[in-house]
Amino acid sequence: MAAVTTPGLERQAERAESRRGFLLGLPSIIYLLVFFVIPLGVVIAYSFATRTRTGRTELNSWNLEAYRRLSEEVVRAVAFRSLWFAILTTVICLALAYPLAYFISTRRPTTRNLMLVGIMIPFWSNFLIRTYAWRLLLDSDGLFTQMASGMGLGDGRILFTSKAVILGLVYGYLPFMVLPLYASIERIDWSLVEGARDLYASGWESFRRVVWPLSRPGVIAGSILVFVPSFGAFVTPAILGGNKKGLMGSYIVDQFMDSRNGPLGASLSVVVLAVMLIGTLVYFRQGGRNL
Amino acid sequence: MSETTIAVELQGVTKRFGDVVAVDDIDLTVADGEFFSLLGPSGCGKTTTLRMIAGLELPSQGSLSIHGEEMGLRPPNKRPVNTVFQSYALFPHMDVRTNIGFGLEMRKVDKDERSDLIDWAVSLVEMDGMEQRKPNQLSGGQQQRVALARALVNRPEVLLLDEPLGALDLKLRQQMQTELKNLQREVGITFIYVTHDQEEAVTMSDRIGVMHEGRLLQIDTPEAIYERPITRFVADFIGRTNFLEATVASGDEVVLTNGDRLRVPTSHPEGTAIAVTVRPERLTVHGRGQAPEGSHRLDGVVDSAVYLGNAVTYSVSVDWMHLEIRCPASLAGDRRSPGDDVTVSFDPDHTSVVIG
Repeated sequence: MAAVTTPGLERQAERAESRRGFLLGLPSIIYLLVFFVIPLGVVIAYSFATRTRTGRTELNSWNLEAYRRLSEEVVRAVAFRSLWFAILTTVICLALAYPLAYFISTRRPTTRNLMLVGIMIPFWSNFLIRTYAWRLLLDSDGLFTQMASGMGLGDGRILFTSKAVILGLVYGYLPFMVLPLYASIERIDWSLVEGARDLYASGWESFRRVVWPLSRPGVIAGSILVFVPSFGAFVTPAILGGNKKGLMGSYIVDQFMDSRNGPLGASLSVVVLAVMLIGTLVYFRQGGRNL
Repeated sequence: MSETTIAVELQGVTKRFGDVVAVDDIDLTVADGEFFSLLGPSGCGKTTTLRMIAGLELPSQGSLSIHGEEMGLRPPNKRPVNTVFQSYALFPHMDVRTNIGFGLEMRKVDKDERSDLIDWAVSLVEMDGMEQRKPNQLSGGQQQRVALARALVNRPEVLLLDEPLGALDLKLRQQMQTELKNLQREVGITFIYVTHDQEEAVTMSDRIGVMHEGRLLQIDTPEAIYERPITRFVADFIGRTNFLEATVASGDEVVLTNGDRLRVPTSHPEGTAIAVTVRPERLTVHGRGQAPEGSHRLDGVVDSAVYLGNAVTYSVSVDWMHLEIRCPASLAGDRRSPGDDVTVSFDPDHTSVVIG
């Protein structure tokens, strides 16, 4: 005869089940704790610490000095330039990726997969290497420069300018815009577009009233995925911008390395994190509301 | 159809998808104000035909006109028709009112008039009080009504319906059938209705076009389709029936497999292999040798008898085939049992000659 269940036994079984789940998750929990949560705590602690004259960070006197410095003209200029670059990169990526994602999602499944693989091919090689490759292309005798001049697009020498940085950022983050856009456009029920067309909507109107609003989760996801890393970008501005124009990422690195101002670097990091967090929250709120 | 005007006319319309011929050279005329059904199994080309009228698909060949105007390559938004889609295709991000008003909005109908028309459509489909809901907050039947209202509010010259009741359960479907038919009478709009459900087509339509493998096999009233099918497919698809294989002997006589001669008119040439179709309820069962004179008689043995409440169905084997017979239960006074020797009789006038 099988054992009779009682509420006590049931609870015991449930607890055993949840313990098993916890054990399975334990390795990643430890990993995240050691390499993410604790460092994050350190950064936050640093942002309230004091910098000694010799550039050491003292953790025993807490203050808001690092945050006060954020309102300084230099810091604000860096922050706004980063913001501007990130917005510009996001907008350009969106403008380039939307038609592409739309095109891909309206192909046959086999063509579709090929094109998606094509978009992911760049990920097979290192981001740093690819950025250095751009440097070659953008050199004064590089292919890009010569082509731009040859086509009469004016002076093609854009290396170490903001244009080169934007170009590099757009290049690097474009796939992060295409993929979520593709995912949300591909999911749209095509009969809705037919429905709109049947109800006297022109091609443009059915896009504006049906496709665009229904692809909004993808637009938001892609924008966050491009905006967030662009805002804190370090590698691209460093390699293609020659670091003449300070951006958030490199400015923070400078604080820790050259200026040896840990608290300021930390407070800047907290600000960047806050911006990203707000962006992500907005995404989830918007994404949740849609459909 | 001389008095009435023609709403939709298809001449020699063919649609190919690659090598597949979805619609094969069909001619069709639907009169103004008519409830016309395209009936056929899935993949017969009925939906493609409907989509061509809507402009969602372009014919590979042929002429398609609506109220005398050739549609040619005209896009769907420039055609005086609206469609109720099988999936309803309600816009999930718009509430009921916005969904219904979408067509009016696109045609730039002014706001007050639009609002009045939406009110009319909402009450027409009895959706009052639910105007602010999103489609996912509605039941299947309610979504169906909204889809209907969204199309009707535009007062199209022709309303196209693609299996609009397919997703509903039986009871709701039957209720909606009646409502749709009443609605059509009320608004006086031409309905072209696509369905694979023969009962639905028979119940609602003024005329039915039966489609099979891209071809229109027969266009007729529901009664004529049922009583006078001209092909085996039509006879078989609409209701249950018996096929008595036969050969044409002359203009008004055929010879059955067992050598019996049957007086039925046919236009098929002598020697053509045909079948005589008789509906189960047109057959009567008698005790052996008791069948009345004047009817055609076949002797057989009862295989099975199934009581259905309002009727009894018998399967009777005559020497070369089985016949299905349906008697009203009230007339089945002397019920037959399996093994009984019987004579089956039918009136040749109640048969139809089919080919194919």
